[in-house]
Amino acid sequence: MHSYETRYDVIVVGAGHAGCEAALAAARMGCLTLLLNMSLDGMAVMSCNPSIGGLAKGHLVREIDALGGEMAKNIDATGIQFRVLNTRKGPAVRAGRAQADKQLYRLRMKRVLEQQGNLHLKQGEVTALYLERDELHGVDTRSGIRFLGTTVVLTTGTFMRGLIHIGLINYAGGRAGDLPSLGLSDQLKGLGFEVGRLKTGTPARLDGRTIDFSRLETQYSDDQPRPFSFSTERITMPQVPCYIAYTNPRTHEIIRSGLDRSPLYAGVIEGIGPRYCPSIEDKVVRFPDKERHQTFIEPEGLETVEYYPSGMSTSLPIDIQIAFYRSMHGLEQVEIMRPAYGIEYDYVNPVQLHATLETKLIPRLFHAGQINGTSGYEEAAGQGILAGINAALRAQGKQPIMLGRHESYIGVMVDDLVTLGTKEPYRMFTSRAEYRLLLREDNADLRLRELGHAIGLVSDELYAGFCRKREQIAAELERVATTRIGMGEAEQQWLMDHDCADVQKGTTLEQLLRRPGIGYIDLAGLPGGTAVLTPEVQEQVEIQVKYHGYLERQEEQIERMRKMENSVIPQEMVYSQLQGLTPEVREKLERFRPGTLGQASRIQGVTPAALAILAVALRVNGARQ
Amino acid sequence: MYTEDTIAAIATPPGCGGIGIVRVSGSLADQVGRAIFRGIPGGGFDSHRLYYGHFHRSVDGALIDEGMAVLMRAPRSYTREDVLELHSHGGYLVVRAILQACVAAGARLAEPGEFTRRAFLNGRIDLCQAESVLDIITSRTEASLALAQRQREGLLGRELFAVSDLLTGALATLEAYIDFPDEDIDPALQVAVSQRVTTAQQQLYRLVGSFRFGRVLREGVSVLLVGKPNSGKSSLLNALSCEERAIVSPVPGTTRDLIEEIISVDGLPVRIVDAAGIRRHHGDAVEQEGIRRTVGRLSEADLVLFLADASRPLDHDDLEILALLADRPYLTVLTKSDLPPCLEPSQLPPSLTTLSLSCLTGAGLPQLRSALFDYFMHDASSSPDDLVAISNVRHRDLLQRAVGALDRFSRHAAQDLTYDLLSIDLRDALSAVGEVTGATTPDAVLDRIFSSFCIGK
Repeated sequence: MHSYETRYDVIVVGAGHAGCEAALAAARMGCLTLLLNMSLDGMAVMSCNPSIGGLAKGHLVREIDALGGEMAKNIDATGIQFRVLNTRKGPAVRAGRAQADKQLYRLRMKRVLEQQGNLHLKQGEVTALYLERDELHGVDTRSGIRFLGTTVVLTTGTFMRGLIHIGLINYAGGRAGDLPSLGLSDQLKGLGFEVGRLKTGTPARLDGRTIDFSRLETQYSDDQPRPFSFSTERITMPQVPCYIAYTNPRTHEIIRSGLDRSPLYAGVIEGIGPRYCPSIEDKVVRFPDKERHQTFIEPEGLETVEYYPSGMSTSLPIDIQIAFYRSMHGLEQVEIMRPAYGIEYDYVNPVQLHATLETKLIPRLFHAGQINGTSGYEEAAGQGILAGINAALRAQGKQPIMLGRHESYIGVMVDDLVTLGTKEPYRMFTSRAEYRLLLREDNADLRLRELGHAIGLVSDELYAGFCRKREQIAAELERVATTRIGMGEAEQQWLMDHDCADVQKGTTLEQLLRRPGIGYIDLAGLPGGTAVLTPEVQEQVEIQVKYHGYLERQEEQIERMRKMENSVIPQEMVYSQLQGLTPEVREKLERFRPGTLGQASRIQGVTPAALAILAVALRVNGARQ
Repeated sequence: MYTEDTIAAIATPPGCGGIGIVRVSGSLADQVGRAIFRGIPGGGFDSHRLYYGHFHRSVDGALIDEGMAVLMRAPRSYTREDVLELHSHGGYLVVRAILQACVAAGARLAEPGEFTRRAFLNGRIDLCQAESVLDIITSRTEASLALAQRQREGLLGRELFAVSDLLTGALATLEAYIDFPDEDIDPALQVAVSQRVTTAQQQLYRLVGSFRFGRVLREGVSVLLVGKPNSGKSSLLNALSCEERAIVSPVPGTTRDLIEEIISVDGLPVRIVDAAGIRRHHGDAVEQEGIRRTVGRLSEADLVLFLADASRPLDHDDLEILALLADRPYLTVLTKSDLPPCLEPSQLPPSLTTLSLSCLTGAGLPQLRSALFDYFMHDASSSPDDLVAISNVRHRDLLQRAVGALDRFSRHAAQDLTYDLLSIDLRDALSAVGEVTGATTPDAVLDRIFSSFCIGK
C-alpha cells in the first residue's frame, strides 16, 4: 500500500448527497478535505426520483441551507418544476418540492466541489479503514493508495455489498451500471459494528417519445416558483410539467401473474424495504380493493426523453415490467429505456452512533446517509452536513455540535436514529416531529442561521442580511402589538368589509390579525396598518401572531423537557446494578444505551418510574465523583 | 416524569388525624394557592407565613373548607422548589376536594415518591437517603404497575383502547393528508375523521360521567359490613377506625341508618359502611324495608364482609342474610374470637376467605387488613371493574384532559383551522388516553398510516 504524501484533516468516502455536503462543510470550515468516490462522473447522482423536497424533506433542505449547505442552492439552479405543497393545510406543513434536471444537478454540484478551496476530489474505491492499534488513521483504496487523515466520514449509500434484483436474476452492483463496494462492510463487522441489510427499489425509466401525453393529466409548476435557498432571489430555469397516469385492473392482473418470479415474494430478498415506498406489486397485493394506483410521470431533465414513473418501483422480471407499464392508458406503446430494479445493501445500526454522528466504537469515524439506515437525498444531505461539521470540529480539536429535536428536523432524525435505530429505511415525516409547529420551512433561518454563522459556514454578509430580517420581524411584532386602531371613517369601513363590525375602539393590530380570515396583507387597508417590509418578514409576523398560543404551548413543552435532554447518562453506565428496574427496561437500556434522560424517555417501554430511578442514579453517581 | 411542572398530593395518610395537608410543589405553587385559597392580603403570600382563610374550588368558587395555607418559596423548602401546604380538616372528602381543586388550578398529581425525588435531585437530601428514595419509588410503582396491568385487561382498559383506536385512526388520516399530499387519498375520509372524533368524544363523556366513576371518585373503594344485630359490626367499625384514629364523617345526603368510616389500608383509601338497616323491629322478623335497602347497597359495594358472632350458633337471621349474599363474592368474618367458640367455619357456606377476630383484643385485625389489601390490589378473583376505583382521580384527570382536547378539536375544525393545528388537539387527546392505557407512540400513528393507506412514490 502506497501512503499518499498529503495528510488530510477530513476524508469523506462517497460523493452522494451526504458526502458532498460533508466535504463542502469541512472544507469551508478550513479543513484540508479529501472527497473519494468510485467514479468522479458519479457525484451527487440522483439514483432514484428526479426531485428534491416534499413534506419534511423540503424542511430538511431549508435547514441545510440555513446552516450553510449546498443542496438548496443546487436545486434552485437546476430545478425544472417548482411547487409548494399543502398551501391550505397550515404553515408548519407547507413544503417546497422541485423536479430537477438530473444531469444539471449533478454537474453543478461537481463544479461547486471543484471550485471549493481546501478540497481534493479523487477517484477511488475505499476497501478498508486504515487503523493502527485500533486507532483510525485513514483509508485504503482498491488501487493501492493509502490516504491518511484525522477523521473519516463514511457515506456508502447503497454501495456496500450492493445486490441488484430484476425478477429472479440478481447481480452485484451499487446502482444500475455501477460496481458495488466490497470489503468495507466485512471490516466494519469485524470491528464490532452491527451490519444489517436493507432493500430499496426504483421504477423503470420510460422513453417519452413513446408516451401519449395527450391522454394524461398535466400538472404544472406554480406560477411564481419559490426557491429553496434563503439566498436565491428567483428561479430562472425554464419550467416543464409532470403528467399523471393510472394503473387499472388489467395492470394488477399482469402484476399478480408475475409474483411467482418476484424476488420479494419468492424470499430471495432478505433486506427490509420501506413501507412508505412500496413496490407496485406490494401495493397490488396489500390493497387488493384499490382499483387504480396513481403515478406521476416526471421528466428526468430538459435535454433527455427519459421519464420517471413515480410510485411504480418494482423488482418483477423484465417481461412483466414491459407488459404492465404498457397496460396503462397513454403508455400502450411505451419503450423501457432502463429497467426497474430492487437493490439490497449493507447498513450499520445507527444506535452505535453518538448524536454527533461519530461512531461510539471508533473515535473520529463518522457515518452519514444510507449507511445509517435512512433513505432519501434530503435525509442523507442533512446527516452529511452534520457529520462534515463535526468531523471538521473534531479535527480542529473543538467541541462538536448537536441539533435538538426542538430546533430542527435534522435533530429529530438524528435523535430517532441514534436512540431507537431503524429496521426499515428511515424517511422523514413531519409527524415524527413533536414540535412540528415550531419546525417550519419558513423559519429554518431563524432556527439555524446563528449556528451556521458561528461555525463558519454562513458568510458575514449573509449573516448581516439575516440579522436585519430578524430585527425587522421583532420591530414589526412590537408595532402591531402596540398600535391601536382609530375609529375614523376608513377604519369603520374596513371593519365592515372584513366581518369585524364587533371590534371595539382601542383594539390592537395584533388582535385583529389573530382573527380568522385576516392576513397581514389585509391590514394594508387600514391607515398605518402595515409597514414597508419584504414578503418574508410579513409572513413571519403573520404566523407568529396568528399561532402565538400554540407556539407558546410548544415552547413550554420544550422547556419542560430541557432538563431531561440535558441530563447526560455516562456511556459506561451499568444498568444491571440499578435497583428497581424491571428486566425488560434494563434490557432495553442496555441495548440502546441512551445518551441522555431525554433519549431514554423516548425508548418504548421505558416507564416514568424507570426514568425516575435513572434520574436518581445519575445524581448518586454525580455525588460520588 | 422527571420534569419541572407542578405536582400535588395529599401529604397526610388518608383518614388519619384531625387535620389533612395537601402539598403542592413547583413553579405554579403560588398561582395554585392564590386560585383556591382566600385569606391572603393583597400583596400575595409572604414566604413561610401561615395564613388563615377559606378553600374554594377555582372553577365555580364553591366553598370547600376553612383552614390554613403557607407558601415556602424556593429554595427554602422540602423540594427546593416553591412549596405550598394547605391545611384543612382531616376528613377524607375534604382533603380530596382540595387536591382536586389544586389539579383544576394547574397542578398535576404527583407520582409515587415524587416529592422526595425532587428533594433529592435538587440536592435537598443527602446521598444516604438516596437508597430509600429508590425503595419508595420501586415498591409503590410495583403495586401500581400490577394495578395498571389489571386495568389494561379490565373493562375500562377495553373501552379506552377502543377510544384510543378511534383517535389513532383519525390522527393517521389527518397525518396522511399532511405528509402525503400528492397521493390520491379519498377526500371523503375527512368526514370520517370528525365522525371518529365525535364517537370517541361520546365514549369519553360517558366514561368520565359514569356513575361508577363519579361515585368512586367521591368515596374511594367501599366495603359493606352485613350481619345481624350484635354480630359485632359497630365494634369492628370502631376497631378499624380507632386504629386509624379516623374521625367519623357521615356523608351528606345518606340516610341516618348508614354509618361509615374512611380508613387507610396500606395507603389504599377504603370506605367501610355499616349496613345498619338489617335489624329487628319489636323483637319481630327482619324488617322488609331494611332488606330491600341492604340489597341495593350490596350491589353498590366493592366488597361485602359478612359478620357472624362465633360465640353463638348460627340462627335464622344469619341464614336469611346469607341467602342475600348467595351468588356474590364476600369475606366471612367470625367475631368475638376471645369468647368460647360455638360456630365452626365448616358450618358456613364457602366464601372468598374466612377470618376470625376479636375487636376486644385486636387479634385478627391485621389479617383482615391484609385480606382487604389483597382483595383490592392483588386478588385476581375481584372484578376488574373494582380496580377502576383505585388510581382514579388521576384517570379522571387524564380523561378530562382528553375530552377538553377533543372539544378544542371540534371547535377548531368548525372554525376551519388548519390541519397542523387540528393534529395538535388530536395528539393531546391521544396522549392523555395513552397515559391511562400505557400505549401510543409516534410510530403507532405511522404504522396506522401505512396499513390503512396505499402510500408510496
